[in-house]
Amino acid sequence: MAAEDLPSEFDVVILGTGLAESVVAAAFSRVGQRVLHIDRRSYYAANWASFTFNSLLTWIQQHHEEPQPEELQDWSSLLEEGEELIYLSNSDSASIRNVQVFCFTSEEDEEEGAPSTKEDDRGAADGDAVKETPESQSADAKDKAKKQKAEEEEEEEEEEQASQTKGEELSAAQSQSEATRKKISYAQLVKEGRRFNIDLVSKLLYSRGSLVDLLIKSNVSRYAEFKNVTRILTYRHGNVQQVCTISLYTCLFTFEVTFYLFVCVCVCVYIPPFISLCMYISPHLSVSQVPCSRADVFASRQLSVVEKRKLMRFLTSCVEETDEQRAYKARPYLEFLYDQRLGENLQHFLFHSIAMATEDTTTEEGLASTRHFLRCLGRYGNTPFLFPVYGLGEIPQCFCRMCAVFGGIYCLRHSVNCLLVEKDTNRCKAVIDSRGQRISCRHFVVEDGFVAVDRKKRATPPRFLSRAVLITDSSILPSSSDQQVSMVTVPPVAAGCPTVRMVELCPSTMTCMAGTHLVHLTCQSVGSAFEDLSPLVTTMFRTTESPDRETSPSVLWCLYFNMADGSGLDVKGHDLPSNVFVCSGPDGGLSHEHAVRQAEWIFKQILPEEDFCPPAPNPEDIIYNGENASSTGEEEEEEEEEQNKQGEGGEEWKEEGKEEGEGVEEGEEGGDVLEEPSDGGVMFSSTNLTTTPAMH
Amino acid sequence: MHGRVKVKSTAQQEEEKRKEREKKLKIYVAARDACFSKRKEGVWDDGALQITQQLLSSNPDFGTLWNYRREILMHLETVKDEDEVQKIYEAELSFLESCLKVNPKSYGSWHHRGWVSTRLPRPDWARELGLCDRCLNLDDRNFHCWDYRRMVVKKSGVPVDRELAFTDRLIGSNFSNYSSWHYRSTLLPLLHPESPEPLPSPRRPPPRSSPPASPQNHSHRVCEAQLLKEYELVQNAFFTDPNDQSAWFYYRWLLGRAEREEMISCVLVSREEETVTVAFSRPVDPGGLMLLLDGQPQTVEWRSVHPRFKHSPVWICDLPPGTISDVTNEHNLTVHWMERHAHRDCALYTGRTESWCRDSATDQELFRSELSVEKTSVLQSELQSCKQLQELEPLNKWCLLTIILLMRALDPLGYEKETLAHFQTLREVDLMRSAYYSDLCSKFMIENTVLKMEYAEVRVFSISDKKLTTLCHLDQLLLVTHMNLSSNQLQRLPPQFSMLQCLEVLEAENNSIEDLEGVFHLPRLEEVLLKNNKISTLADLRPLASCPKLKRLDLRGNPVSGLEEVEAALTELLPSVVDLLL
Repeated sequence: MAAEDLPSEFDVVILGTGLAESVVAAAFSRVGQRVLHIDRRSYYAANWASFTFNSLLTWIQQHHEEPQPEELQDWSSLLEEGEELIYLSNSDSASIRNVQVFCFTSEEDEEEGAPSTKEDDRGAADGDAVKETPESQSADAKDKAKKQKAEEEEEEEEEEQASQTKGEELSAAQSQSEATRKKISYAQLVKEGRRFNIDLVSKLLYSRGSLVDLLIKSNVSRYAEFKNVTRILTYRHGNVQQVCTISLYTCLFTFEVTFYLFVCVCVCVYIPPFISLCMYISPHLSVSQVPCSRADVFASRQLSVVEKRKLMRFLTSCVEETDEQRAYKARPYLEFLYDQRLGENLQHFLFHSIAMATEDTTTEEGLASTRHFLRCLGRYGNTPFLFPVYGLGEIPQCFCRMCAVFGGIYCLRHSVNCLLVEKDTNRCKAVIDSRGQRISCRHFVVEDGFVAVDRKKRATPPRFLSRAVLITDSSILPSSSDQQVSMVTVPPVAAGCPTVRMVELCPSTMTCMAGTHLVHLTCQSVGSAFEDLSPLVTTMFRTTESPDRETSPSVLWCLYFNMADGSGLDVKGHDLPSNVFVCSGPDGGLSHEHAVRQAEWIFKQILPEEDFCPPAPNPEDIIYNGENASSTGEEEEEEEEEQNKQGEGGEEWKEEGKEEGEGVEEGEEGGDVLEEPSDGGVMFSSTNLTTTPAMH
Repeated sequence: MHGRVKVKSTAQQEEEKRKEREKKLKIYVAARDACFSKRKEGVWDDGALQITQQLLSSNPDFGTLWNYRREILMHLETVKDEDEVQKIYEAELSFLESCLKVNPKSYGSWHHRGWVSTRLPRPDWARELGLCDRCLNLDDRNFHCWDYRRMVVKKSGVPVDRELAFTDRLIGSNFSNYSSWHYRSTLLPLLHPESPEPLPSPRRPPPRSSPPASPQNHSHRVCEAQLLKEYELVQNAFFTDPNDQSAWFYYRWLLGRAEREEMISCVLVSREEETVTVAFSRPVDPGGLMLLLDGQPQTVEWRSVHPRFKHSPVWICDLPPGTISDVTNEHNLTVHWMERHAHRDCALYTGRTESWCRDSATDQELFRSELSVEKTSVLQSELQSCKQLQELEPLNKWCLLTIILLMRALDPLGYEKETLAHFQTLREVDLMRSAYYSDLCSKFMIENTVLKMEYAEVRVFSISDKKLTTLCHLDQLLLVTHMNLSSNQLQRLPPQFSMLQCLEVLEAENNSIEDLEGVFHLPRLEEVLLKNNKISTLADLRPLASCPKLKRLDLRGNPVSGLEEVEAALTELLPSVVDLLL
């Protein structure tokens, strides 16, 4: 739709297509409000977006470019009497910073030539990366240099190609012994780039969280498919003392041999200077599965039978608040757990992986999140989390689609330059869009990034999240099935370090190409994303800094960046007209609680009487414009005819049955459509029955 | 806006639904009638297949139609070549799959699938196993599917170890499903038999020539190495959820499963009564019993101790009068049991009025057989882990009961005190089953008393003030002459009581006995003390009339003693009684 054609009057104009904005848009549209939803960007979902590999590269490039200051146009000609202008910021570039990219794989696919080049290919990758990484680190010191480097990507590519030959020579001998794994080249990543859906945020859906409830309630769920997060893992460190470390090592080794459970034993060889402190504490690290459901506890090989009993008892006792729990209310959760005499093992699981608590979490908060976790178990499987197939960026788009179905108008690459505010009432009467059209509106909702800096409340400095996205060649905890979606909590390696949350996605989530895994790392920023997360990357994965960690997955490509933490922004205190509402960007939490609450809050501010996202009618209950009542009659006749046909010929019946069968199988392989499982969600009924009673 | 919601009045909707249902019914009835008439005419063609298919897909539980379908298919088998038959049956399988989707627990569909699978010229068992797996994933307790799967496994010869892995998987995903545990219990003895000895001779060679020393049949046991692994697995389950009975039942199977061998446990000859009494290890039918007296086969009639028993562990026969009555003669008796090729000798020496030959309960460790005795150390360590669980869950009934069973298997007398304490806890925590625990406790107390009696080598069975609620193991008390059951909670002396053929004195004061059915034809009974019980009518005392030697009867404190003219009536009923206390 061309800009000239935009209607000049709306009930609500929304700028920004992040999750909260999209939910607000759908909510307004559903109750009959006229919605204009625009975004300055060329893609949906703002900082919540998912990108193919190639479009992510474009995004990276954009964030390396200096934002070009647009000259402020004077729109005063459009002012009416008693009105004033508020300019909006033209870019949201402030929300993303410190973007750094590393490639650890060879540039070209050399498979075609001869099979023997496999080895060289591998070696080349190593050599190549060896050369590149120090360079990028030095570049890291100087922001400018780094930017230059990324900008001149093409040049860099040439450089890399040049280094490749060097690498080949260097590592020819070394590579021969370890040429087992076939490495995917950068060219393949680019070629298969469409297989990737790389999220800028990394979150999961709690199966009884507010987002799932909202998706079901509003029927938006029909636009998306979901997969279970299949594993909850944790990352544990060993003891300080030498003896214990050795015994731990042996113990883990036995695990590996005796049982199918695979435990990675990571030995750090390269110790980056800035994490040398933590390395004393964690010389040996391992990934293991957190038993959280009844079946997990039963199957767990890491817990003794007594621990199993204690864990089950604790989990069962969590469901309802006891006097003992109340007594600990404001005291630290860690203290509560300690006094339960659960042992170090269980305490670790409960504290880090189930409650996802930090040192200053109170018992009340800790128990609340434990309860939430437990309630979520068994609704859609044995873990409490869901992940949308094709990535998280789907979710805002689903809400946008719902908004559009009910009449919302969408424009990308379109923005609002300024607001026209009535001086007397301090209300925004209209907006002027990027093409100079005056569009009147009764309410204006805007993403925080578009609010000009001088209008923002500056009480607290903005917080940031550190993010890393890794493309790896295998899972951090290989198991019988390679299609696992894992959630890993990595407790702070040392005091003062942040807890890192890791989500590993497999190709069946449609977020990465076959043969790769996509790993998302998230934590609260202390330094830059690279500073915060690369130590962990080097200890858990095989990179050029840790090349001899042969059991660990190799990193093929990785991206570091910092993103503003939406929960750290106080969006209510901005100096803006009373009918302008601000949505903060993504927050650092695992759930979508923050955005959904914010959207509901905004909706209730504007339309306190209306239902928030009422269920959309089923498509078959909708009569489309232009059709009349008689058409339904025809449909019925058609149905009848079909029935008759089926009555006559058995052939069709069989075919139908066959198709159905295939459909079911597809459903199993792909994602599951969200349903309220209580009334006959057959798909999940078995898991429901088994887990729920145990936990409650 | 793209559309608006259809709104119809509910009455209109109802009417539409009704019409729809009517229409469906009409079609259904018409098709059914067509089917029946075709069957009558003996039409076995594709058309009939199609019409039954339609009907069955809406109602898969219509047995007659499945039968008709089978008739048609069998006819088609005779007229078509193999490839065509294969195709027809494959189509049948996919049709059945759609039926199972509609109703996964339809008897008709599963049975028909089983039939089709066996008729299929080239069966694809892998596909059938896959189908079962899918079904069990959706509902792991679908017994139709379990049955069908067993059939498939049998037909296709899936190796046992793969099936064991299958149970591993099912138990891993839901250890509350007893079907999987049970299946496991059938597989383990096949895969890991107890000893390397060849299976066909499962019984241990008897260490003594006769009688066979081991009362335990070990044919279904599992080798110890595997047992230890199983203990670990099942412990994981009951430590995770101690309230889940599946794991406990499986655990009991692991610990137990020994069955007593059928054998003659005792032969008793009495000169005075001129009878031979034979006791068996379990209730038997007397057909096939043969009695040799001094090498001569005797024609005798076997009677059970009570007319109620057609199957009984104790059988009696009367010898022809005068055959053994002379005390100066010595006699040799042999009882042959043809069915089991077993026999037992008994010598009646000069001057003796009676004689017997038996195995004692202590020798056989008889009462441990419920939990077979594995290596004691294994049981001991199992007891330790159960105790560990009990510390964590002091009120868990499954755990307590298992501890009791383990203690009994290890040392029934040594653990008696602890056992009684645990029973008390059990009665308190599981009120609904308190009577069961009382009965079980009674049983164990009786067993212990039998053991004590045997160690003391006496014929006095004394078990007073032990809260007995029931009597059992009475076949073990064949030789008892004095019995003291006073101050318990017994309500009746059951028909089995008539097995106490040697009983002379019965003390049963201070119980709640209201029924004396079992005091029946006890040839030596002289004294019956029933003070403070609940015998209320004369009719209740009638069984006593069958005991010829009854002299002393104490009925004080019973409702019956308050009846009018009771004394006269009793004198008439029991003429032998000389000392009657009312």
